[in-house]
Amino acid sequence: MTFHRTTLVSLAALLIAGPALAECGIEAGSVRILSNDFEALRLVNSEAATCASETVTVESNATSEHKNIQVPALTGNPAEYTIAMVANNSIVPLLNDGLIRPLDDLVAEYGQQLQPNQLIKIDGKTMAIAFMANSQHLFFRRDVLEQAGVEPPTTWEGVLDAAKAIKDQGIMEHPLGASNATGWDLAAEFVNMYLGTGAEFFAPGTAELAIDNEQGRATLQMMRDLTQYMAPEYVTFNANTMGAVYQSGNMAIMQQWGSLAGATIDPAKSTPEVVENTVFAPSPTIGGGTTPAAALWWDGFTIAQNISDEDAEASFRAMMHAIRPEVAAEHPQVATWLIAGYEPGPTAAGVIGTAMSGARPYPMVPYMGLLHETLGNELADFIKGSEDADKALADITASYTAAAQQAGFLQ
Amino acid sequence: MPHSTFFRFMFPSLLAMLLFIALPIVSIVVQSLFIEHEQVIVTSETCQPFGGCTSTSTVDSAATAQLRAEEPLGRFNGLGTYIDRNHLAFGELRDILTTSDGFTDAVSRIYNLPLYRALAFTVTYCALVTPLAMMLGLLIALAVNTVPQMLKGPVIFFSLVPMLITPLVGSLILFWMLNSEGILGAAIQNVFNDPGLSTRSSAPLTWAMLIVYGIWTNAPFSFIVFYAGLQAVPRDTVEAAMIDGASRIERIRYVVLPSLKPLILFVLLVQLMDNFRVFEPIISFNAAANATSLSYQIYSSLNTQTSQLFGSAAATSVITIGFIAVLIVPVLLRVARELSTGRG
Amino acid sequence: MDAFSRRSPVIRATATGFVLLWLLIAAFPFVWTVWGSFKVEPDFFSRDTWWHAILGTNTARLTGDAFTGDGYYGAWVTTQFWRSTLNTAIITVCVVVISLSFGTLGGYALARSTARYRFVILIAALFFRAMPDITLVSGYLLPFFQLNIWGYLPTAIIVLVALNQPFTLWMMYSFFQGIPRDLDESALVDGCTRFQAFRLAIVPVMWPGVITTGLFAFLLAYNDFSVTGLVLSERNQTMVPKIASYLGQIQSEGNVMFAVAAVVSITIPIFLLVMFFQRYLVSGLTAGAVKG
Repeated sequence: MTFHRTTLVSLAALLIAGPALAECGIEAGSVRILSNDFEALRLVNSEAATCASETVTVESNATSEHKNIQVPALTGNPAEYTIAMVANNSIVPLLNDGLIRPLDDLVAEYGQQLQPNQLIKIDGKTMAIAFMANSQHLFFRRDVLEQAGVEPPTTWEGVLDAAKAIKDQGIMEHPLGASNATGWDLAAEFVNMYLGTGAEFFAPGTAELAIDNEQGRATLQMMRDLTQYMAPEYVTFNANTMGAVYQSGNMAIMQQWGSLAGATIDPAKSTPEVVENTVFAPSPTIGGGTTPAAALWWDGFTIAQNISDEDAEASFRAMMHAIRPEVAAEHPQVATWLIAGYEPGPTAAGVIGTAMSGARPYPMVPYMGLLHETLGNELADFIKGSEDADKALADITASYTAAAQQAGFLQ
Repeated sequence: MPHSTFFRFMFPSLLAMLLFIALPIVSIVVQSLFIEHEQVIVTSETCQPFGGCTSTSTVDSAATAQLRAEEPLGRFNGLGTYIDRNHLAFGELRDILTTSDGFTDAVSRIYNLPLYRALAFTVTYCALVTPLAMMLGLLIALAVNTVPQMLKGPVIFFSLVPMLITPLVGSLILFWMLNSEGILGAAIQNVFNDPGLSTRSSAPLTWAMLIVYGIWTNAPFSFIVFYAGLQAVPRDTVEAAMIDGASRIERIRYVVLPSLKPLILFVLLVQLMDNFRVFEPIISFNAAANATSLSYQIYSSLNTQTSQLFGSAAATSVITIGFIAVLIVPVLLRVARELSTGRG
Repeated sequence: MDAFSRRSPVIRATATGFVLLWLLIAAFPFVWTVWGSFKVEPDFFSRDTWWHAILGTNTARLTGDAFTGDGYYGAWVTTQFWRSTLNTAIITVCVVVISLSFGTLGGYALARSTARYRFVILIAALFFRAMPDITLVSGYLLPFFQLNIWGYLPTAIIVLVALNQPFTLWMMYSFFQGIPRDLDESALVDGCTRFQAFRLAIVPVMWPGVITTGLFAFLLAYNDFSVTGLVLSERNQTMVPKIASYLGQIQSEGNVMFAVAAVVSITIPIFLLVMFFQRYLVSGLTAGAVKG
């Protein structure tokens, strides 16, 4: 009964709303939030909404189209929104166009609750405040691994061995899952694995692509090797379809989003065996390395450049209220918070483990989005098995170069 | 009709189209001829919640903004975007034609270029779905015509259902029904007696599935238009044909079809254009690994996680219009002839 | 009618069989959806076997009954789907009315003009229709924000009207071609202005064509995602974007059953509309519809 849970959360948020009014301390101003549309962000939005008073208006727009809307919305003067919620990747266009303001003064004045690692600093200036983390990490079935007699894998090579054991013993025909659907998902798989090799995507200081190397080939080889243990329609699996197969008990190991951990062990959505036996583990390493092969993500907020200082102050303080320690303490299951005083629950173990083992953040460089787009489309043939690694890397380079020239990153 | 009266009647319609279609099209065409300014990249210290601070590249937004202020449109690139590797890829085509060993090699290398791959599916889809859906629609219309009057309402409604259901959810549900564990997927496995058969795993099956889905969703449009047209077939002509001893097939061939001809041309025109812009099922069926379309390419350029590639999307859009133009010109000529012979 | 119904039993049987087969193909996924909307997600979207969707195995395990209204409750009560329904109703009614008013005037002028530029306008309209919507809409965003008109219902309405004009113009133009010229020309001879002639002679006989065209305009506005998803704020969100938001995203789960329940519920008004208008739809197309 997911919606019951969601309802309770939002009801709880509403109930807290009453006495919280005075806490924000905002005198006047307009707070307008643009965010993506998922539970944790809706919670933060509704917490911010409790700051509304006769002199303070708080509005929010949670939409999956936020990435397409944010640049034009913040370009106007005054900007349509005072706050844009972003992640590692979606902050980049706002930075590129200079649409968000440094927050150092506001942090100094109103941000005592923030921990140093919540501040996203670029060139010494705080440009965003992060409040939650996410990453893909390993989900596996303890019972299936035990039945096959294999130890929980900590490397991708180990995942292959475990899958082979499960398949050879006839326990499951297709024990593995990955979100290899053409587009964003497939590219994310490559980025994860490649980050695990420790290599860089671009030549330092330039937009020149640098993935045509040994590590790039190792990454592709591993992605391809894993597919032999996947269901035949693996090229159509995105995070949600893969999750559904796992939840029905027909998959033993997958690399899935930490933010979906709660849903995966929700008795209303998964079979009892899955609920009882699912383990959330850090993302494995690859090729004898020590870095988990998964990108770390943060979600946070930024404040628009083209608004009055009064609105900026009101917005910052409303957000400080919305991400105060009590919110994380009261809703530990909603997200892996980066907020002080948060006690991680069992569903956060994978993300925290991945971060503690030294996983690298998703690159925040300006041209990463172009590469991601290119990877998502050009890797389709490779992952299907109809193209070799050399050809795939050549295609990616050619396509990325054309796109980067058009975007002005390469000449 | 005097020109002034004509334009007074046309004014609201023309104004709306001018503002929201014609002007944007002009801007799209202009945009496709330009590329972004050179972005000024600087290296700076970036701190994130994990792993502390590292030195990374960022765009110097002030310097870039200044470049942009000097030339707001960007750098003129002529047709450069149109012929780059991600669009018409002239350079790559020339290379393939000069270095390929044999026809199959050339074809497979051309198919590897994103636009031509998209074009291959788009054209196949359009060429198969348009006539098949129209034929199916016509057959349904002829058959529904025989249904007793009181049952016609529900029959028409259920015939329209494939077109009425919000495509977003309709195709999602079909996608699940076609899973190996879904009712349709399992039925297909049964029919072909192959428990490993999956409609998703291979390109030909994916294409077939998308095309069947296309016929299913497009047939109702043809059906309703043709069904209506059938009501207008002059009754006395049909009766005369019957008296002359014409068989049912002959009656359809010589009486019904000719009177439906203007409708057939109209539906053909609309369907060719709509099918050439096929997009939704590719997304809903997660089919992009095996089938992409021109509209999918546009979506892909616009739906990036960083700045949208407007120039690229604009170029693909103009190319799409170009192909549609080539496609519908024969039909248009036909329509124009009908128009001019009808009345001046 | 009689000419068609006087048929041999063989043809009748074939035709009836064909209609039944088609109805099965056309309606089966819908019937399946209606049935499945009363199940829980692990049943309707089962990766085990489709028998779950029929028997409701998990539904019974989780709710104690083989049928559940949770999807409907979630959509309509918990997430207030009715708000989006209201917005869609406003948008749909306005788009249909405005589209038809503009299109009727324009189509009439096109049908009665003899000037050469009417061909130019008709062909241009066709190419306007060929332009992929998504490119157009992305281009609107910046100007809309700068003019401060982004996010409001009227903005979405006027955009949809504009995008729908080419089709409406063609349909109405074809329809008016089918109305004898003598009708309004005799009014002109009687001393009416063009507009009076239109109002007095044409308006009374044009309704079937208007209703036909209106149904297509209705469907366009009702099912639109590309425009309403991008130019409306959350407060003014319409049904289809709302349904899309139930489906979840890459990193977050959705409430797919809410979407299914919502889709089933919004089919009811369409059903009533089709039942009510089907006679007009038919006679409308009969009288007009692109008779060259």
